[in-house]
Amino acid sequence: MIEINHLTKKFDQFTAVDDLSFTVSEGEVLGFLGPNGAGKSTTMKVITGFLAPTSGSVKIDGYDITTSPIEAKSLIGYLPEGAPSYGDMTTLDFLRFIAEVRGYRGDDIQKRVDHVVREVDLAAVLHQTIDTLSKGFKRRVGLAQAIMHDPKVLILDEPTDGLDPNQKHHVRALIRNLARDKIVVISTHILEEVNAVCTRAIIINRGRIVADGTPAELEARSRLHQAVSIRLTTAYDLAADLRNVPNIDHVEQDKADRLRYTILASGGKPIFQTVSELAQVKEWPVSEFHVNKGQLEDVFRSVTQGAN
Amino acid sequence: MNNLGIICKRELASYFTTPLAYIFIVIFLIMNGVFTFDMGGFYLRGQADLLPFFSFHPWLYLFMVPAIAMGLWADERKTGTIELLMTLPVKLSEAVLGKFLAAWALTGIALLLTFPIWITVNYLGDPDNGVIVAAYLGSWFMAGGFLAIGSCMSASTRNPVIAFILTVSICFLFVVMGSPIVLDAFPQWLPQFVVDAFAAMGFLTHFDSISKGVLDIRDILFFAVFILAWLMASAVVIEIKKAN
Repeated sequence: MIEINHLTKKFDQFTAVDDLSFTVSEGEVLGFLGPNGAGKSTTMKVITGFLAPTSGSVKIDGYDITTSPIEAKSLIGYLPEGAPSYGDMTTLDFLRFIAEVRGYRGDDIQKRVDHVVREVDLAAVLHQTIDTLSKGFKRRVGLAQAIMHDPKVLILDEPTDGLDPNQKHHVRALIRNLARDKIVVISTHILEEVNAVCTRAIIINRGRIVADGTPAELEARSRLHQAVSIRLTTAYDLAADLRNVPNIDHVEQDKADRLRYTILASGGKPIFQTVSELAQVKEWPVSEFHVNKGQLEDVFRSVTQGAN
Repeated sequence: MNNLGIICKRELASYFTTPLAYIFIVIFLIMNGVFTFDMGGFYLRGQADLLPFFSFHPWLYLFMVPAIAMGLWADERKTGTIELLMTLPVKLSEAVLGKFLAAWALTGIALLLTFPIWITVNYLGDPDNGVIVAAYLGSWFMAGGFLAIGSCMSASTRNPVIAFILTVSICFLFVVMGSPIVLDAFPQWLPQFVVDAFAAMGFLTHFDSISKGVLDIRDILFFAVFILAWLMASAVVIEIKKAN
């Protein structure tokens, strides 16, 4: 379990992380979201023990990262932002070095390295120096390094940044695979990733938590939640029919496609039933009809720009 | 092997996977030859000792050692690997000492490869080999002193070139500190013990006696304490500066 208690990190006068508190338990894949500069990376650097907190505490399975750093760090696998590694080493030498530092000895070193090489598919570049690898492979070397000791806690700072769609898919599948009995925290600003891998998402802005919940709960906060999208075959005045119908907030017409409408629900109440009955009664010329789940992007924007 | 050994081994291996180690060793040997035979008058002196060889070492180290030391921490900061290293279950002291020992081992290897000159002097005459061993040891410890300064300077910047210049400047200060040029520049009103303290910090003061074969334990102790102090300073600087 990761317990973060009133964590604050200041750089001179600038407060990067402001009184952050949350816990993450086994089996959770936490998506750590926020605009650039919101404090995601700083938080991760404090959790992993790279930076000391200004105040507050971080505990990994009961070990405080400031007072028992070695014990806490032994439980964590960390992929720093940009996946740094020793560029003049070959992939194999680098992974063997990590295995040794992680406490493997003798034959276990090679066994463990072979295992992670299979896991992240690095066999092709084993004898190449890391400097010569493509961005995708470098990222995978970083991941291999992070999962070397089968850590209980996996902290990944933008694990799919800069990867092509196939590689992203691969890395996400890998994270889902690893996540079963672990705690995974990934930071990202790619919102589709949250739906793809996370069981929980925290959105932070200016160092504070502005939203915390499952991806579905967060989507429910979207103004588009429960909204009904309709495409008509010919022009028709939908707004007139929908006036004074309960639970319906208003109707928006798409600016580009004049035949596409979005009917927004007031207070996230289900309106599908009402609208579909009305469509039958009034015989709307409908070609498409579906209910929105709400969009994370929408919630993200509203909670991180709320102050502006 | 413990973490200290693992880190040291990795660092040393990486010197030899890049041309750095080879260039360092080759230039070190060439410069040693030039200094000893041309400027030191090794043959002309007609004496079976290695004094001309060792007496140039402080000046040789002044430029060679900072070149190895400059990358120690600056490169880690520049490439971001410091974040990797510092989040592994490794103590800061192990990392600082491991890196230092690897660089020190490299200077040791370079120094050992000057063995032909030892063979030469034994072939030509009958030198006191005890003195030579003592001088080698002293020279290696002095290189360690230079390196420890370099480690601290390298920790203070992410730019290796700045680290190099800072290291050369500070090393120069310590080399000449015991010499009359510096001591005479001290104002008269300074108490004598301050002047003595400065004089005692000079590398030349300690190295001169060692290279003449006077292996005083205090001289070795001086370099050992000097190295430790600068390595501790390195650890403090890394702790403060690693965030930026």
